[in-house]
Amino acid sequence: MGITRFLVRRILTGILVLWIVATGTFFLFFARPVSVVARQLAGRSATPQVISEVIRNLGLNQPVMTQYWRFLGKTARGDLGFSYYKQIPVRTILAQDLPITASVVVGAVLLWLIVGLAVGIISATRSRSLFDRVSTVGVLAGISMPVFVLGELLILFVFLPLNEHGITWISTGYAGLSGGLIPWTGHMVLPWITLATVQAAIYTRLSRGSLLDTMGEDYIRTARAKGLTERRVIYRHGVRAALTPVVSQLGVDIGGLLGGVVVVEIVFSLPGLGAESINAISTGDLPVIIGFVIIASVFVVVANIIVDMAYALLDPRVRII
Amino acid sequence: MSVTSLEFQAHAAEAAPEEAIEGRSQWKLTWRRLLRDKMAIASIAVILVMVVLAIAAPLFVSLTGHGPEQAFTNSGTTSSGAPVPPGTHGFFLGTDYIGRDLMIRTLYGARISLFVGILTTAIATVAGVAVGLVAGYFGGWVDTVLARFIDTALAFPLIVLALALAAILGPSLAIVIAVISFFSWAGISRIVRGQTLSIKEKEYIEAARSLGAGPWRIMFIDILPNLLGPVLVLATLYIPTAVVFEATLSFLGLGIPPPTPSWGNILGEAQNYYSVAWWYVVFPAAALLVTTLAFNLLGDGIRDAMDPRTERIFAAGRKRRKNKPKAATEPGALPTLTVSELGE
Repeated sequence: MGITRFLVRRILTGILVLWIVATGTFFLFFARPVSVVARQLAGRSATPQVISEVIRNLGLNQPVMTQYWRFLGKTARGDLGFSYYKQIPVRTILAQDLPITASVVVGAVLLWLIVGLAVGIISATRSRSLFDRVSTVGVLAGISMPVFVLGELLILFVFLPLNEHGITWISTGYAGLSGGLIPWTGHMVLPWITLATVQAAIYTRLSRGSLLDTMGEDYIRTARAKGLTERRVIYRHGVRAALTPVVSQLGVDIGGLLGGVVVVEIVFSLPGLGAESINAISTGDLPVIIGFVIIASVFVVVANIIVDMAYALLDPRVRII
Repeated sequence: MSVTSLEFQAHAAEAAPEEAIEGRSQWKLTWRRLLRDKMAIASIAVILVMVVLAIAAPLFVSLTGHGPEQAFTNSGTTSSGAPVPPGTHGFFLGTDYIGRDLMIRTLYGARISLFVGILTTAIATVAGVAVGLVAGYFGGWVDTVLARFIDTALAFPLIVLALALAAILGPSLAIVIAVISFFSWAGISRIVRGQTLSIKEKEYIEAARSLGAGPWRIMFIDILPNLLGPVLVLATLYIPTAVVFEATLSFLGLGIPPPTPSWGNILGEAQNYYSVAWWYVVFPAAALLVTTLAFNLLGDGIRDAMDPRTERIFAAGRKRRKNKPKAATEPGALPTLTVSELGE
């Protein structure tokens, strides 16, 4: 079964999912009395002129199905509507926020995978050692820790004391990469740690358990019997197979990751997509929220396809159907 | 397992004193093992204390005379309008930004957290078990459709739905319960479905069917009781997840609307007061952490107690080597363990 066929199939399913999301969004947000929708889309401080403009722009007087096709067409072309609160297209707003959210996500995912896998593998290979016990306790604490609580505690007990002593490298808010790598990292360190800790705990537990199971398999015994070094047995034979459940967990976690990103952006005052959409709730800026819902769904669909491909590449037993 | 260990087992069986053998159900055994687990007992104690405190919250209101939503602008704030620290003017844990008693609010927050945590877990468990049983037992297109649905619900981002609903309807307790329940049943369904798939092939199910039992009877009378163990463990582990979800949604302003106190919205309000009021963050955060940790520890404890191998692990003590012999997991292998370890 070729990888192309797999990709085509997954992309088609992805488009189907996105169509369902778009339809759901449309009926949730638009298929209500015209005056209510117009008022909500125009924001809390809308004047009657703005409201009538919204009704005209969106064609809210037209039949629902006409509106629906219009909405689908616009969404497919990447036109996510207009924020009447900020007076600019939603697409522009989201494009501005995307780099910030991407910075948070990429750094945190790398950090949690590296830490989670490393600690998990070391714990498994030195099962019942002091390291293993300490990490098991740490994992439990990490799993029980809500992301926003960890963020607040880090601000209270790391950021504020450091700032008081004149160490201002670690900071909240956002500094773009254009301002240099070092300030950017300084602003990102705490968000990364916050978002990565809980997940790292889950991945430590998962990779430890998975590697322990794998190391009990017959082919590991065979590898040892062949006289391979223990190192080679663990890393070439054990870890590779042990990674499969970890990768499939990654697929499940993408939805949760989004939630974590929103929280981290709020805690550390990062003006990313998540913070934008939360603020849009208090300002009543509905088009921004619709845009976020659609962008988030695209992200989940794409990430799931990537995870499935990684899964198939890692484990030759997985048939791509 | 070596010959010596087999012999030893045989001897042990012969030498066993003729006690009256008392039948013990799986649940009794589990309970006994759980009682030996100090961490699990401590967790149960912590959870009970939390529940009692939550129920008794109105008692503290009448003791202190501070209502949960009552602002004490004079005694509860400093002259510059900041929260007062713990122990001032009868506020044991200090006050919040408009001079409300933080202790009372944290206690009332426990009511919301535990209520949401337990209710959503109950809804999710019932729904998850029902869907999982039906999908696993009937198979075919029913299973295909339900399994797809389960996968979709597992991958769908909770925050997106919560955000959309809060945007349209405004945040409320009902939305919190609906959203959390909706995202929790799928995990339980997946486990139940997998277990049902394997159990329905067992001989005793065939026996039940040949005696004329219908599908619903088989599902709920014959299969369900054998699933209760894993479901109980999962449910215990879902409670802290639900508590964290509720707190997170409330923190973001998508959950319990103020002024009703919830740990999440207290911590959300505390964001602007980090440098002037550490207690504002520390106490609600501690309550939240202690609760989730206790439920997680209890869930782990129940899982270990359900697992018959745990008995062996307790018996064998801490000197076990990392590659535990598989033979030691056989029932009745209690006295043989040390010998088989020597023989390996």
